[in-house]
Amino acid sequence: MTAQQSYQASATLAGYNFGFLDEQTKRMLRRAILKAVAIPGYQVPFGSREMPLPYGWGTGGMQVTAAVIGSKDVLKVIDQGADDTTNAVSIRRFFVRMTNVATTEKTREATLIQTRHRVPETPLSEGQILVYQVPIPEPLRWLEPRETETRKMHALSEYGVMHVKLYEDIAQHGHISTAYDYPVLVNGRYLMRCSPIPKFDTPKLHMNAALQLFGAGREKRIYAVPPYTEVKPLDFDDHPFEIERWPEDCALCGAHDSFLDEVILDDKGGRMFVCSDTDYCGERRAAGHTGRMSAPYKDEAAE
Amino acid sequence: MTNLDQTPLLSVEALNKSFGRQMACRDVSFELWPGEVLGIVGESGSGKSTLLNAIAGRLAVDSGKVLYRTGSNDIIDLASASEAQRRHLMRTEWGFVQQHARDGLRMTFSAGANIGERLMALGDKHYGTLRDTALDWLQAVEIAPERIDDLPRTFSGGMQQRLQIARNLVTRPRIVLMDEPTGGLDVSVQARLLDLIRRLVQEHNVACIVVTHDLGVARLLAHRLMVMRRGQVVEAGLTDQLLDDPQHAYTQLLVSSVLSV
Repeated sequence: MTAQQSYQASATLAGYNFGFLDEQTKRMLRRAILKAVAIPGYQVPFGSREMPLPYGWGTGGMQVTAAVIGSKDVLKVIDQGADDTTNAVSIRRFFVRMTNVATTEKTREATLIQTRHRVPETPLSEGQILVYQVPIPEPLRWLEPRETETRKMHALSEYGVMHVKLYEDIAQHGHISTAYDYPVLVNGRYLMRCSPIPKFDTPKLHMNAALQLFGAGREKRIYAVPPYTEVKPLDFDDHPFEIERWPEDCALCGAHDSFLDEVILDDKGGRMFVCSDTDYCGERRAAGHTGRMSAPYKDEAAE
Repeated sequence: MTNLDQTPLLSVEALNKSFGRQMACRDVSFELWPGEVLGIVGESGSGKSTLLNAIAGRLAVDSGKVLYRTGSNDIIDLASASEAQRRHLMRTEWGFVQQHARDGLRMTFSAGANIGERLMALGDKHYGTLRDTALDWLQAVEIAPERIDDLPRTFSGGMQQRLQIARNLVTRPRIVLMDEPTGGLDVSVQARLLDLIRRLVQEHNVACIVVTHDLGVARLLAHRLMVMRRGQVVEAGLTDQLLDDPQHAYTQLLVSSVLSV
Protein backbone atom coordinates (compact mmCIF):
# COMPACT_ATOMS: atom_id res chain seq x y z
CA MET A 1 0.00 0.00 0.00
CA THR A 2 2.84 2.33 0.89
CA ALA A 3 4.44 1.69 -2.43
CA GLN A 4 1.20 2.49 -4.18
CA GLN A 5 0.77 5.74 -2.26
CA SER A 6 4.23 6.98 -3.14
CA TYR A 7 3.52 6.02 -6.72
CA GLN A 8 0.34 8.11 -6.56
CA ALA A 9 2.14 11.10 -5.11
CA SER A 10 4.72 11.02 -7.86
CA ALA A 11 2.06 10.55 -10.50
CA THR A 12 0.68 14.09 -10.13
CA LEU A 13 2.14 16.61 -12.51
CA ALA A 14 5.67 17.68 -11.53
CA GLY A 15 5.98 21.26 -10.34
CA TYR A 16 2.36 21.56 -9.23
CA ASN A 17 1.05 21.46 -5.68
CA PHE A 18 -1.58 18.87 -4.77
CA GLY A 19 -4.88 20.23 -6.09
CA PHE A 20 -3.27 22.97 -8.24
CA LEU A 21 -3.66 25.78 -5.67
CA ASP A 22 -0.92 26.52 -3.16
CA GLU A 23 -1.46 25.73 0.51
CA GLN A 24 -2.00 29.35 1.59
CA THR A 25 -4.73 29.78 -1.00
CA LYS A 26 -6.40 26.56 0.06
CA ARG A 27 -6.27 27.75 3.66
CA MET A 28 -7.97 31.00 2.68
CA LEU A 29 -10.63 29.05 0.80
CA ARG A 30 -11.20 26.70 3.72
CA ARG A 31 -11.69 29.63 6.08
CA ALA A 32 -14.29 31.05 3.71
CA ILE A 33 -15.98 27.64 3.46
CA LEU A 34 -16.08 27.24 7.24
CA LYS A 35 -17.68 30.64 7.58
CA ALA A 36 -20.18 29.79 4.84
CA VAL A 37 -21.11 26.55 6.60
CA ALA A 38 -21.53 28.43 9.88
CA ILE A 39 -23.97 30.91 8.29
CA PRO A 40 -26.09 28.88 5.87
CA GLY A 41 -26.90 30.78 2.68
CA TYR A 42 -24.66 33.75 3.47
CA GLN A 43 -22.30 34.73 0.66
CA VAL A 44 -18.75 34.86 1.95
CA PRO A 45 -16.32 36.91 -0.14
CA PHE A 46 -13.01 35.26 -0.95
CA GLY A 47 -9.93 36.01 -3.03
CA SER A 48 -10.74 34.16 -6.22
CA ARG A 49 -7.70 32.95 -8.16
CA GLU A 50 -7.08 32.59 -11.85
CA MET A 51 -7.77 29.05 -12.90
CA PRO A 52 -6.53 27.48 -16.12
CA LEU A 53 -9.91 27.90 -17.80
CA PRO A 54 -12.17 30.89 -18.38
CA TYR A 55 -14.68 32.37 -15.97
CA GLY A 56 -18.04 30.82 -16.49
CA TRP A 57 -16.57 27.35 -16.96
CA GLY A 58 -16.64 26.45 -13.29
CA THR A 59 -13.67 28.27 -11.78
CA GLY A 60 -15.56 28.85 -8.51
CA GLY A 61 -16.55 25.23 -8.15
CA MET A 62 -13.04 24.10 -9.02
CA GLN A 63 -11.47 26.30 -6.36
CA VAL A 64 -13.86 24.93 -3.74
CA THR A 65 -13.14 21.39 -4.91
CA ALA A 66 -9.40 22.04 -4.81
CA ALA A 67 -9.72 23.34 -1.26
CA VAL A 68 -11.60 20.33 0.12
CA ILE A 69 -10.20 17.46 -1.95
CA GLY A 70 -7.94 14.92 -0.23
CA SER A 71 -5.91 12.08 -1.65
CA LYS A 72 -8.47 9.49 -0.50
CA ASP A 73 -11.44 11.24 -2.08
CA VAL A 74 -13.35 9.69 -4.93
CA LEU A 75 -14.33 12.40 -7.38
CA LYS A 76 -17.33 12.59 -9.68
CA VAL A 77 -17.85 15.53 -12.03
CA ILE A 78 -21.11 16.12 -13.85
CA ASP A 79 -22.31 18.72 -16.30
CA GLN A 80 -26.07 18.90 -16.93
CA GLY A 81 -26.33 15.54 -15.20
CA ALA A 82 -23.93 13.80 -17.58
CA ASP A 83 -20.47 12.49 -16.75
CA ASP A 84 -19.27 12.52 -20.33
CA THR A 85 -19.79 16.13 -21.49
CA THR A 86 -16.90 18.47 -22.31
CA ASN A 87 -16.96 20.50 -19.11
CA ALA A 88 -17.22 17.42 -16.89
CA VAL A 89 -14.51 15.53 -18.76
CA SER A 90 -12.00 18.37 -18.71
CA ILE A 91 -12.54 19.24 -15.03
CA ARG A 92 -12.28 15.58 -14.04
CA ARG A 93 -9.08 15.17 -16.05
CA PHE A 94 -7.69 18.35 -14.49
CA PHE A 95 -8.17 17.02 -10.96
CA VAL A 96 -6.80 13.62 -11.85
CA ARG A 97 -3.63 15.29 -13.15
CA MET A 98 -3.39 17.63 -10.17
CA THR A 99 -4.26 15.18 -7.37
CA ASN A 100 -4.33 11.71 -8.87
CA VAL A 101 -7.47 10.89 -6.89
CA ALA A 102 -9.77 8.07 -7.94
CA THR A 103 -12.75 9.08 -10.06
CA THR A 104 -16.09 7.47 -10.54
CA GLU A 105 -19.33 7.96 -12.40
CA LYS A 106 -21.33 6.28 -9.66
CA THR A 107 -23.05 8.81 -7.40
CA ARG A 108 -23.08 6.34 -4.49
CA GLU A 109 -19.32 5.72 -4.64
CA ALA A 110 -18.25 9.37 -4.88
CA THR A 111 -17.21 11.29 -1.79
CA LEU A 112 -16.90 14.57 -3.66
CA ILE A 113 -19.13 15.60 -6.56
CA GLN A 114 -18.63 18.77 -8.55
CA THR A 115 -21.70 19.65 -10.55
CA ARG A 116 -22.93 22.11 -13.10
CA HIS A 117 -26.70 22.60 -13.51
CA ARG A 118 -27.91 19.39 -11.82
CA VAL A 119 -28.22 17.58 -8.52
CA PRO A 120 -27.80 13.80 -8.97
CA GLU A 121 -31.03 11.79 -8.91
CA THR A 122 -29.59 9.20 -6.51
CA PRO A 123 -30.09 10.58 -3.00
CA LEU A 124 -26.85 11.73 -1.40
CA SER A 125 -25.73 10.41 1.95
CA GLU A 126 -23.87 11.72 4.97
CA GLY A 127 -20.19 12.34 4.34
CA GLN A 128 -20.63 13.27 0.70
CA ILE A 129 -19.88 16.80 -0.52
CA LEU A 130 -21.66 18.37 -3.48
CA VAL A 131 -19.89 21.37 -5.06
CA TYR A 132 -21.93 23.66 -7.30
CA GLN A 133 -20.54 25.97 -9.97
CA VAL A 134 -22.26 29.33 -9.60
CA PRO A 135 -22.28 32.10 -12.23
CA ILE A 136 -24.18 34.82 -10.29
CA PRO A 137 -24.41 34.24 -6.54
CA GLU A 138 -26.61 37.25 -5.73
CA PRO A 139 -30.33 36.38 -5.91
CA LEU A 140 -31.32 40.05 -5.86
CA ARG A 141 -28.92 41.10 -8.60
CA TRP A 142 -31.41 41.68 -11.43
CA LEU A 143 -33.75 43.47 -9.06
CA GLU A 144 -31.19 45.72 -7.39
CA PRO A 145 -27.97 46.43 -9.27
CA ARG A 146 -26.08 48.03 -6.35
CA GLU A 147 -23.98 45.60 -4.34
CA THR A 148 -24.04 47.91 -1.28
CA GLU A 149 -27.82 47.88 -1.39
CA THR A 150 -28.20 44.11 -1.83
CA ARG A 151 -25.89 43.49 1.11
CA LYS A 152 -28.04 45.81 3.19
CA MET A 153 -31.15 43.98 2.03
CA HIS A 154 -29.63 40.67 3.12
CA ALA A 155 -28.58 42.16 6.44
CA LEU A 156 -32.12 43.40 7.11
CA SER A 157 -33.87 40.40 5.49
CA GLU A 158 -35.69 42.67 3.06
CA TYR A 159 -36.69 40.03 0.58
CA GLY A 160 -40.13 41.29 -0.49
CA VAL A 161 -38.81 42.40 -3.85
CA MET A 162 -38.10 38.77 -4.79
CA HIS A 163 -41.82 38.15 -4.67
CA VAL A 164 -42.27 41.06 -7.06
CA LYS A 165 -40.39 39.00 -9.63
CA LEU A 166 -42.55 35.93 -9.00
CA TYR A 167 -45.67 38.16 -9.18
CA GLU A 168 -44.46 39.38 -12.55
CA ASP A 169 -44.03 35.78 -13.72
CA ILE A 170 -47.63 34.96 -12.88
CA ALA A 171 -48.93 38.23 -14.35
CA GLN A 172 -47.16 37.61 -17.65
CA HIS A 173 -47.36 33.83 -17.98
CA GLY A 174 -50.13 32.69 -15.66
CA HIS A 175 -47.77 30.65 -13.50
CA ILE A 176 -44.38 31.04 -11.85
CA SER A 177 -42.23 30.68 -14.95
CA THR A 178 -38.86 30.81 -13.20
CA ALA A 179 -37.63 27.38 -14.23
CA TYR A 180 -34.06 27.30 -12.99
CA ASP A 181 -31.97 29.06 -10.35
CA TYR A 182 -35.12 29.23 -8.25
CA PRO A 183 -34.88 31.60 -5.27
CA VAL A 184 -34.89 29.81 -1.91
CA LEU A 185 -34.80 30.85 1.72
CA VAL A 186 -32.10 28.95 3.61
CA ASN A 187 -32.56 28.11 7.27
CA GLY A 188 -35.34 30.70 7.45
CA ARG A 189 -32.86 33.52 7.08
CA TYR A 190 -30.84 34.09 3.92
CA LEU A 191 -32.23 34.30 0.41
CA MET A 192 -30.06 32.17 -1.86
CA ARG A 193 -29.62 31.35 -5.51
CA CYS A 194 -29.18 27.63 -5.91
CA SER A 195 -27.07 28.03 -9.09
CA PRO A 196 -28.73 27.26 -12.43
CA ILE A 197 -30.17 23.88 -11.44
CA PRO A 198 -33.69 23.23 -12.77
CA LYS A 199 -36.40 23.85 -10.20
CA PHE A 200 -36.98 20.10 -10.34
CA ASP A 201 -33.82 19.80 -8.22
CA THR A 202 -34.63 22.59 -5.77
CA PRO A 203 -36.51 20.33 -3.29
CA LYS A 204 -33.43 18.06 -3.14
CA LEU A 205 -31.51 20.82 -1.37
CA HIS A 206 -33.96 20.69 1.52
CA MET A 207 -32.73 18.59 4.48
CA ASN A 208 -30.09 16.97 2.31
CA ALA A 209 -27.71 14.66 4.17
CA ALA A 210 -24.71 15.86 2.17
CA LEU A 211 -22.75 19.08 2.59
CA GLN A 212 -23.51 21.44 -0.29
CA LEU A 213 -20.93 24.06 -1.22
CA PHE A 214 -21.37 26.80 -3.82
CA GLY A 215 -18.47 28.57 -5.50
CA ALA A 216 -18.66 31.63 -7.75
CA GLY A 217 -15.23 32.35 -9.21
CA ARG A 218 -15.86 35.53 -11.15
CA GLU A 219 -18.06 37.04 -8.44
CA LYS A 220 -15.68 35.86 -5.70
CA ARG A 221 -18.29 34.39 -3.38
CA ILE A 222 -18.65 31.09 -1.53
CA TYR A 223 -21.80 29.96 0.23
CA ALA A 224 -23.04 26.72 1.68
CA VAL A 225 -25.98 24.63 2.79
CA PRO A 226 -24.85 22.37 5.64
CA PRO A 227 -26.35 18.87 5.99
CA TYR A 228 -29.97 18.73 7.16
CA THR A 229 -30.70 22.41 6.62
CA GLU A 230 -34.11 23.77 5.75
CA VAL A 231 -34.27 25.15 2.19
CA LYS A 232 -37.61 26.64 1.24
CA PRO A 233 -38.50 27.85 -2.28
CA LEU A 234 -40.37 31.16 -2.36
CA ASP A 235 -43.91 31.07 -3.67
CA PHE A 236 -47.41 32.49 -3.30
CA ASP A 237 -50.18 31.01 -1.16
CA ASP A 238 -52.40 30.62 -4.22
CA HIS A 239 -49.56 29.71 -6.59
CA PRO A 240 -47.48 27.17 -4.67
CA PHE A 241 -44.05 26.00 -5.78
CA GLU A 242 -44.24 23.22 -8.35
CA ILE A 243 -41.65 21.16 -10.19
CA GLU A 244 -41.56 20.31 -13.86
CA ARG A 245 -43.58 17.43 -15.28
CA TRP A 246 -43.12 15.54 -18.54
CA PRO A 247 -45.69 13.90 -20.82
CA GLU A 248 -43.66 10.67 -20.98
CA ASP A 249 -41.28 8.53 -18.96
CA CYS A 250 -37.60 8.10 -19.81
CA ALA A 251 -37.45 6.30 -23.16
CA LEU A 252 -34.44 4.26 -22.09
CA CYS A 253 -35.01 3.30 -18.46
CA GLY A 254 -38.69 4.10 -17.95
CA ALA A 255 -38.03 6.39 -14.99
CA HIS A 256 -40.89 8.75 -14.20
CA ASP A 257 -39.25 10.42 -11.21
CA SER A 258 -36.14 11.91 -12.81
CA PHE A 259 -35.36 15.09 -14.76
CA LEU A 260 -35.83 14.37 -18.46
CA ASP A 261 -34.19 15.95 -21.50
CA GLU A 262 -36.19 16.16 -24.69
CA VAL A 263 -34.35 14.82 -27.73
CA ILE A 264 -35.64 15.65 -31.21
CA LEU A 265 -35.35 12.57 -33.42
CA ASP A 266 -36.50 13.71 -36.86
CA ASP A 267 -38.27 16.58 -38.56
CA LYS A 268 -41.67 14.85 -38.38
CA GLY A 269 -42.31 15.55 -34.71
CA GLY A 270 -40.52 12.45 -33.46
CA ARG A 271 -39.00 12.93 -30.02
CA MET A 272 -37.91 11.05 -26.97
CA PHE A 273 -37.35 11.93 -23.34
CA VAL A 274 -34.27 10.62 -21.58
CA CYS A 275 -32.86 11.02 -18.09
CA SER A 276 -30.44 13.91 -17.86
CA ASP A 277 -28.58 12.03 -15.11
CA THR A 278 -26.62 9.45 -17.14
CA ASP A 279 -25.44 7.50 -14.11
CA TYR A 280 -28.97 7.14 -12.75
CA CYS A 281 -30.32 6.04 -16.12
CA GLY A 282 -27.51 3.51 -16.61
CA GLU A 283 -27.96 2.11 -13.12
CA ARG A 284 -31.67 1.59 -13.70
CA ARG A 285 -31.05 -0.12 -17.02
CA ALA A 286 -28.47 -2.36 -15.36
CA ALA A 287 -31.14 -3.30 -12.84
CA GLY A 288 -33.39 -4.39 -15.68
CA HIS A 289 -35.66 -1.39 -16.10
CA THR A 290 -36.61 -0.67 -19.68
CA GLY A 291 -38.24 2.23 -21.45
CA ARG A 292 -40.25 2.70 -24.62
CA MET A 293 -37.22 2.82 -26.93
CA SER A 294 -34.56 0.90 -25.04
CA ALA A 295 -32.45 -1.79 -26.64
CA PRO A 296 -31.88 -4.93 -24.52
CA TYR A 297 -29.35 -4.03 -21.81
CA LYS A 298 -25.78 -5.15 -22.43
CA ASP A 299 -23.18 -5.00 -19.70
CA GLU A 300 -20.42 -2.97 -21.28
CA ALA A 301 -17.84 -4.13 -18.74
CA ALA A 302 -18.45 -7.75 -19.74
CA GLU A 303 -17.54 -7.19 -23.39
CA MET B 1 -61.39 63.47 18.36
CA THR B 2 -58.78 62.25 20.81
CA ASN B 3 -55.99 64.28 22.28
CA LEU B 4 -53.61 62.47 19.97
CA ASP B 5 -54.61 64.86 17.26
CA GLN B 6 -53.36 67.63 19.48
CA THR B 7 -49.79 66.41 19.14
CA PRO B 8 -47.88 66.80 15.93
CA LEU B 9 -47.19 63.77 13.73
CA LEU B 10 -43.72 64.98 12.92
CA SER B 11 -41.65 67.64 14.53
CA VAL B 12 -38.33 68.70 13.15
CA GLU B 13 -36.08 70.48 15.63
CA ALA B 14 -33.06 72.58 14.70
CA LEU B 15 -32.06 70.45 11.74
CA ASN B 16 -28.69 71.23 10.19
CA LYS B 17 -27.16 69.73 7.11
CA SER B 18 -24.13 70.93 5.25
CA PHE B 19 -22.15 69.67 2.31
CA GLY B 20 -18.63 70.75 3.16
CA ARG B 21 -18.76 74.49 3.63
CA GLN B 22 -22.11 74.70 1.89
CA MET B 23 -24.95 74.92 4.42
CA ALA B 24 -27.93 73.23 2.76
CA CYS B 25 -30.25 73.38 5.78
CA ARG B 26 -29.63 75.76 8.63
CA ASP B 27 -31.51 75.42 11.89
CA VAL B 28 -34.77 74.28 10.31
CA SER B 29 -37.62 73.59 12.72
CA PHE B 30 -41.27 72.90 12.00
CA GLU B 31 -44.16 70.67 12.92
CA LEU B 32 -46.49 68.63 10.78
CA TRP B 33 -49.97 67.72 11.98
CA PRO B 34 -52.10 64.72 11.00
CA GLY B 35 -53.84 65.27 7.69
CA GLU B 36 -52.04 68.52 7.00
CA VAL B 37 -50.36 69.47 3.75
CA LEU B 38 -47.22 71.52 4.22
CA GLY B 39 -45.66 73.19 1.20
CA ILE B 40 -41.99 74.07 1.01
CA VAL B 41 -41.23 76.69 -1.62
CA GLY B 42 -38.09 78.51 -2.62
CA GLU B 43 -35.75 78.99 -5.53
CA SER B 44 -33.61 76.15 -6.81
CA GLY B 45 -30.66 75.46 -4.57
CA SER B 46 -32.42 76.77 -1.50
CA GLY B 47 -32.24 73.40 0.28
CA LYS B 48 -35.84 72.22 -0.21
CA SER B 49 -34.99 68.79 -1.56
CA THR B 50 -32.13 68.35 0.88
CA LEU B 51 -34.54 69.03 3.72
CA LEU B 52 -36.97 66.46 2.33
CA ASN B 53 -34.25 63.85 1.92
CA ALA B 54 -32.95 64.53 5.42
CA ILE B 55 -36.42 64.09 6.91
CA ALA B 56 -36.84 60.84 5.01
CA GLY B 57 -33.51 59.59 6.32
CA ARG B 58 -31.98 59.41 2.88
CA LEU B 59 -29.31 61.84 4.01
CA ALA B 60 -27.55 61.76 7.36
CA VAL B 61 -28.19 65.02 9.21
CA ASP B 62 -25.38 66.91 10.94
CA SER B 63 -27.44 67.84 13.97
CA GLY B 64 -31.05 68.20 15.00
CA LYS B 65 -33.97 65.91 15.62
CA VAL B 66 -36.69 64.46 13.42
CA LEU B 67 -39.29 63.26 15.91
CA TYR B 68 -42.01 61.07 14.45
CA ARG B 69 -45.07 59.76 16.25
CA THR B 70 -45.58 56.21 14.96
CA GLY B 71 -48.88 54.42 14.41
CA SER B 72 -48.47 52.84 17.83
CA ASN B 73 -47.89 56.30 19.36
CA ASP B 74 -44.22 55.90 20.15
CA ILE B 75 -42.11 58.95 19.49
CA ILE B 76 -38.93 58.04 17.66
CA ASP B 77 -36.10 60.23 16.46
CA LEU B 78 -35.53 59.28 12.84
CA ALA B 79 -32.19 61.07 12.81
CA SER B 80 -30.82 58.56 15.31
CA ALA B 81 -33.08 55.54 14.70
CA SER B 82 -31.57 52.29 13.48
CA GLU B 83 -31.50 51.82 9.76
CA ALA B 84 -33.71 48.73 9.99
CA GLN B 85 -36.38 50.68 11.88
CA ARG B 86 -36.17 53.63 9.51
CA ARG B 87 -36.37 51.50 6.38
CA HIS B 88 -39.35 49.66 7.81
CA LEU B 89 -41.16 52.93 8.51
CA MET B 90 -40.36 54.20 5.02
CA ARG B 91 -42.02 51.12 3.56
CA THR B 92 -45.08 51.22 5.76
CA GLU B 93 -46.05 54.49 7.38
CA TRP B 94 -44.23 56.81 5.00
CA GLY B 95 -44.30 57.40 1.30
CA PHE B 96 -41.94 59.24 -0.99
CA VAL B 97 -43.03 60.54 -4.38
CA GLN B 98 -40.07 61.44 -6.56
CA GLN B 99 -39.97 64.21 -9.08
CA HIS B 100 -39.04 61.75 -11.81
CA ALA B 101 -41.34 58.75 -11.74
CA ARG B 102 -38.48 56.69 -13.14
CA ASP B 103 -36.65 57.06 -9.83
CA GLY B 104 -39.63 55.94 -7.81
CA LEU B 105 -40.93 53.10 -9.96
CA ARG B 106 -39.54 49.75 -10.98
CA MET B 107 -39.51 50.39 -14.70
CA THR B 108 -38.94 46.74 -15.65
CA PHE B 109 -41.96 45.49 -13.73
CA SER B 110 -45.64 45.87 -14.57
CA ALA B 111 -47.93 48.43 -12.97
CA GLY B 112 -49.51 45.73 -10.80
CA ALA B 113 -46.15 44.57 -9.47
CA ASN B 114 -45.20 48.15 -8.71
CA ILE B 115 -48.32 48.66 -6.65
CA GLY B 116 -47.95 45.32 -4.90
CA GLU B 117 -44.28 45.69 -3.98
CA ARG B 118 -44.77 47.29 -0.58
CA LEU B 119 -47.42 44.74 0.35
CA MET B 120 -45.14 41.87 -0.67
CA ALA B 121 -42.33 43.43 1.35
CA LEU B 122 -44.66 43.28 4.34
CA GLY B 123 -45.24 39.57 3.75
CA ASP B 124 -48.42 39.51 1.65
CA LYS B 125 -48.09 36.24 -0.28
CA HIS B 126 -51.47 35.81 -1.90
CA TYR B 127 -51.41 36.61 -5.60
CA GLY B 128 -55.17 37.02 -5.90
CA THR B 129 -55.52 39.63 -3.17
CA LEU B 130 -52.41 41.48 -4.38
CA ARG B 131 -53.99 41.70 -7.79
CA ASP B 132 -57.33 42.90 -6.47
CA THR B 133 -55.60 45.59 -4.44
CA ALA B 134 -53.62 46.69 -7.48
CA LEU B 135 -56.82 46.95 -9.55
CA ASP B 136 -58.51 49.04 -6.84
CA TRP B 137 -55.58 51.41 -6.69
CA LEU B 138 -55.30 51.77 -10.44
CA GLN B 139 -58.90 52.86 -10.40
CA ALA B 140 -58.27 55.25 -7.52
CA VAL B 141 -55.56 57.02 -9.51
CA GLU B 142 -57.59 56.99 -12.73
CA ILE B 143 -55.54 54.47 -14.69
CA ALA B 144 -57.53 51.98 -16.78
CA PRO B 145 -57.54 48.56 -15.01
CA GLU B 146 -56.58 46.76 -18.23
CA ARG B 147 -53.19 48.47 -18.05
CA ILE B 148 -52.31 46.44 -14.92
CA ASP B 149 -49.86 44.17 -16.74
CA ASP B 150 -48.24 46.92 -18.80
CA LEU B 151 -44.78 48.25 -18.07
CA PRO B 152 -44.60 51.80 -16.70
CA ARG B 153 -42.49 52.87 -19.67
CA THR B 154 -45.53 52.48 -21.89
CA PHE B 155 -47.31 55.01 -19.66
CA SER B 156 -47.40 58.76 -20.20
CA GLY B 157 -45.56 61.02 -17.75
CA GLY B 158 -48.74 61.87 -15.88
CA MET B 159 -49.77 58.22 -15.61
CA GLN B 160 -46.33 57.26 -14.33
CA GLN B 161 -46.62 59.91 -11.66
CA ARG B 162 -50.08 58.66 -10.68
CA LEU B 163 -48.80 55.10 -10.57
CA GLN B 164 -46.03 56.24 -8.27
CA ILE B 165 -48.58 57.82 -5.97
CA ALA B 166 -50.66 54.62 -5.93
CA ARG B 167 -47.57 52.57 -5.18
CA ASN B 168 -46.87 54.77 -2.17
CA LEU B 169 -50.41 54.98 -0.84
CA VAL B 170 -51.08 51.24 -0.99
CA THR B 171 -49.87 50.69 2.58
CA ARG B 172 -51.98 53.65 3.79
CA PRO B 173 -49.02 55.73 4.92
CA ARG B 174 -49.47 58.49 7.47
CA ILE B 175 -46.96 60.85 5.86
CA VAL B 176 -46.16 61.24 2.18
CA LEU B 177 -43.22 63.34 1.08
CA MET B 178 -43.42 64.71 -2.44
CA ASP B 179 -40.54 66.25 -4.32
CA GLU B 180 -41.88 68.42 -7.15
CA PRO B 181 -44.69 65.95 -7.91
CA THR B 182 -45.88 67.95 -10.92
CA GLY B 183 -42.48 68.98 -12.25
CA GLY B 184 -41.97 68.26 -15.93
CA LEU B 185 -45.65 67.68 -16.68
CA ASP B 186 -47.65 69.89 -19.00
CA VAL B 187 -50.15 72.27 -17.47
CA SER B 188 -53.38 70.35 -18.11
CA VAL B 189 -51.84 67.14 -16.78
CA GLN B 190 -50.54 69.07 -13.78
CA ALA B 191 -54.03 70.31 -12.98
CA ARG B 192 -55.47 66.82 -13.12
CA LEU B 193 -52.70 65.42 -10.95
CA LEU B 194 -53.15 68.19 -8.41
CA ASP B 195 -56.88 67.45 -8.21
CA LEU B 196 -56.09 63.79 -7.68
CA ILE B 197 -53.51 64.44 -4.98
CA ARG B 198 -55.92 66.78 -3.21
CA ARG B 199 -58.68 64.19 -3.30
CA LEU B 200 -56.47 61.30 -2.12
CA VAL B 201 -54.91 63.32 0.67
CA GLN B 202 -58.37 64.18 1.93
CA GLU B 203 -59.82 60.68 1.54
CA HIS B 204 -56.99 58.92 3.29
CA ASN B 205 -56.19 61.68 5.76
CA VAL B 206 -52.47 61.60 5.01
CA ALA B 207 -50.14 64.35 6.05
CA CYS B 208 -48.00 65.63 3.19
CA ILE B 209 -44.87 67.64 2.74
CA VAL B 210 -44.77 68.96 -0.81
CA VAL B 211 -41.62 70.53 -2.14
CA THR B 212 -42.23 72.77 -5.13
CA HIS B 213 -40.89 75.86 -6.80
CA ASP B 214 -44.29 76.52 -8.30
CA LEU B 215 -46.38 78.87 -6.13
CA GLY B 216 -49.51 77.85 -8.04
CA VAL B 217 -49.05 74.24 -6.96
CA ALA B 218 -48.38 75.39 -3.43
CA ARG B 219 -51.51 77.53 -3.36
CA LEU B 220 -53.68 74.65 -4.59
CA LEU B 221 -52.30 71.89 -2.40
CA ALA B 222 -50.81 73.29 0.76
CA HIS B 223 -52.56 74.36 3.91
CA ARG B 224 -49.40 75.87 5.24
CA LEU B 225 -46.27 77.15 3.53
CA MET B 226 -42.61 77.45 4.41
CA VAL B 227 -40.40 79.70 2.29
CA MET B 228 -36.76 78.66 2.15
CA ARG B 229 -33.78 80.62 1.00
CA ARG B 230 -30.12 79.63 1.26
CA GLY B 231 -30.94 76.77 3.59
CA GLN B 232 -33.00 78.85 6.00
CA VAL B 233 -36.71 79.17 6.54
CA VAL B 234 -37.36 82.88 5.99
CA GLU B 235 -41.11 82.85 6.40
CA ALA B 236 -43.82 80.37 7.34
CA GLY B 237 -47.57 80.61 7.70
CA LEU B 238 -50.97 79.76 6.28
CA THR B 239 -50.77 79.53 2.50
CA ASP B 240 -53.32 82.18 1.60
CA GLN B 241 -52.07 84.57 4.23
CA LEU B 242 -48.48 84.14 3.18
CA LEU B 243 -49.13 84.50 -0.52
CA ASP B 244 -51.55 87.40 -0.19
CA ASP B 245 -49.56 89.32 2.35
CA PRO B 246 -45.90 88.34 2.18
CA GLN B 247 -43.79 89.90 4.93
CA HIS B 248 -40.24 88.93 4.09
CA ALA B 249 -38.54 90.70 1.21
CA TYR B 250 -37.66 87.42 -0.48
CA THR B 251 -41.22 86.13 -0.26
CA GLN B 252 -42.45 89.40 -1.74
CA LEU B 253 -40.01 88.96 -4.61
CA LEU B 254 -41.12 85.37 -5.10
CA VAL B 255 -44.81 86.26 -5.14
CA SER B 256 -44.34 89.24 -7.42
CA SER B 257 -42.31 87.25 -9.92
CA VAL B 258 -45.13 84.79 -10.68
CA LEU B 259 -46.37 85.26 -14.22
CA SER B 260 -50.05 85.85 -14.55
CA VAL B 261 -51.70 85.48 -17.88
